[in-house]
Amino acid sequence: MDGRAAASRKPLRRDVRVGLFVTCLVDLFRPSVGFAAVKLLQDAGCIVEVPTQTCCGQPAYNSGDRATTATIAAQVIDAFAGFEHVVAPSGSCAAMIKRHYPELFADDPEMLRRAEELAARTHELVSFLADVMGVERVDAAFDGTVTYHDGCSGLRELGVRDQPRRLLGTVRGLDLVESANTDVCCGFGGTFAVKYGELSNSIVERKVGTVVGSGARTLVAGDLGCLMNIAGKLSRMGSHVEVRHVAEILAGDTEAAPIGSPTR
Amino acid sequence: MTIHPTSPQFKENAHAALGDRELQRALGHVRQAFIAKRAAAAEALPEFEALRDSARDIKAHTLKHLDLYIEAWEEKVTAAGGHVHFARDAEEARKAVLDICRRVGARTVTKGKSMISEEIGLNAAIEAAGLVPVETDLGEYIVQLRGEVPSHIIAPAVHLTRDQVEADFRRHHVHLDADRDISTHHSLQAEARGILRERFLAADVGITGANFLVAETGTSVIVTNEGNGDLTQLLPRVHVVLASIEKLVPTLEDVGQLLRVLARSATGQEMSVYTTLSTGPRRPEDPDGPDEYHVVLIDNGRSSMLGTSFEEMLRCIRCGACMNHCPVYHSVGGHAYGWIYPGPMGAVLTPALIGVETAGHLPNASTFCGRCESVCPVRIPLPKLMRHWREREFERHLQPATVRSGLTFWGWFATRPKLYRAATGLAMRALHVAGGARGRFASLPFAKGWTDFRDMPAPQGGTFQSQWKAKRGRPGTAA
Repeated sequence: MDGRAAASRKPLRRDVRVGLFVTCLVDLFRPSVGFAAVKLLQDAGCIVEVPTQTCCGQPAYNSGDRATTATIAAQVIDAFAGFEHVVAPSGSCAAMIKRHYPELFADDPEMLRRAEELAARTHELVSFLADVMGVERVDAAFDGTVTYHDGCSGLRELGVRDQPRRLLGTVRGLDLVESANTDVCCGFGGTFAVKYGELSNSIVERKVGTVVGSGARTLVAGDLGCLMNIAGKLSRMGSHVEVRHVAEILAGDTEAAPIGSPTR
Repeated sequence: MTIHPTSPQFKENAHAALGDRELQRALGHVRQAFIAKRAAAAEALPEFEALRDSARDIKAHTLKHLDLYIEAWEEKVTAAGGHVHFARDAEEARKAVLDICRRVGARTVTKGKSMISEEIGLNAAIEAAGLVPVETDLGEYIVQLRGEVPSHIIAPAVHLTRDQVEADFRRHHVHLDADRDISTHHSLQAEARGILRERFLAADVGITGANFLVAETGTSVIVTNEGNGDLTQLLPRVHVVLASIEKLVPTLEDVGQLLRVLARSATGQEMSVYTTLSTGPRRPEDPDGPDEYHVVLIDNGRSSMLGTSFEEMLRCIRCGACMNHCPVYHSVGGHAYGWIYPGPMGAVLTPALIGVETAGHLPNASTFCGRCESVCPVRIPLPKLMRHWREREFERHLQPATVRSGLTFWGWFATRPKLYRAATGLAMRALHVAGGARGRFASLPFAKGWTDFRDMPAPQGGTFQSQWKAKRGRPGTAA
């Protein structure tokens, strides 16, 4: 494994074919995260393709609608057949495919086989870079104090914790500080944030309290859902803490205004 | 006679709880202390994760063969001179207890903390029969004074501040000298202890719950930190154990395994202060103990969970770790859930016991953050089971029509990728323009639950998929 130290600059392979599952939120709200993900994957030696896609199905799944979820899942399974790896810039969507698709097809042996096969080659972006592609450092600069929030699904369903912190630590000029309770939910929870808005708000209030308390100027995380929730609360409070997806920082791609900030 | 559920008003309950400053002060303790203590206890025991597996397996095995273990246990209880009363529901359970009290001519009944007693509404039934029920766990005693139910399954009065308890004692303990200082935890405890000592000695019947029922020996096991359970079950003439059917475990060895995860998960203690095993009534050579030993074994809806995916919920050993780690519980406390069992375990168990049409909010009011499952000592997949309740609701059309039609509308597009791309491309461009230079919305009519409390970041403009397609068309940018 001596070659791993230089993996980010001299990848062992230049032909890893990756299908990007861009996620519906990135697709619709923040395409810059998708392009940052593409850059990171290409820098790591991947050939990136983006098959036509909609969503992983979580809104239906978590609302109890298994039939619609299964239809969407089957669509994703078809669209991403044949890629060596499938990568999503989201712990939540990656976990949906990896942990929950097989459960959807428990009674259908052929679809179960295909779901398990897709699950085995699906990854969250940063853990894929670090764990599969052996990326140990990134070529990026960011001037400022940054704190990282652990998205729940990435952390608890996929074990994403150290990888983003490790790679953020290699960004030139970036000072990584820990907030309190980074493993506690931000209160987003998909439709929960709208259906139980007041409750969701009280959870995100505590979250932004820890973010502001850390003294960081920028908050990053690996899930756009959490980020939109936290950014929306920070801006409503009049806070100047900026919010970005971890992929933007790691790719050195911070041209776009921070999430929920005025365009510049 | 069981308490009337207010779970259908969960949102209103939550709103009130969020505005209750004393409650919010009290909940600060849950957000901090329990979590740090559990983490330290788990960290200190290298085999803790392996013990969780073993605890899960013990309970899962017992549930698979529950009929056999109940039979074996009943035989042992009877052989030790005890009596088993089977109760299908709350009414039969209350009747069994009251029949015993009447037969022995009881006037005062002391009680150790028991959630199943709350579930069957026993105190109200005892009072209606002209007897006096006295809760002897300090938290439960406070809650009883206030006419409330516990807000937490192991810390019944965790929703209260010390100031509130002092005020309650001053109101109810009429003998209390106004100058006496009861402003500290210690002096409050001393005051309660003084009152309860007399009650322990006066009681005719002592009622406790059970953490475990041991099939091998016919033993019931309780764990407490105050010793009140021992005084409740040893001093009166009659000891009545209330236990639901899932308390069965095969052997004492199994109890040992489960105890190793129970207190650590609950309070971070290695063991609770008192672990008490009771097998039958006092034998001639025993120095103390009751003349009669009864167990009321209660089903009350649980057997219908066996053989379904909700069987996993019956592994619960009532440590409270799930609620201690739950962001929703941290926000609103236990009473907002509107029945007996709060937090994630309540969100799964309550719909099974009182119906999902009544308790539907509970499994929905979760972000599925999964922290509960990550600390559950018997590895109950709580988010998965909450999702199963949502599936039952969906099948039965129990969700609000707006939620369902919104979902149908979205699902229709999400399953038609080309149409989806065209429609979302237009919508995002429009939203981007509407968001203007501020880059966010302060108000969106279709997402008021969001924008009433926080801004909604505006989209950047064109979708990723449309931009990707456009870029790929140009040389030098294709991947």
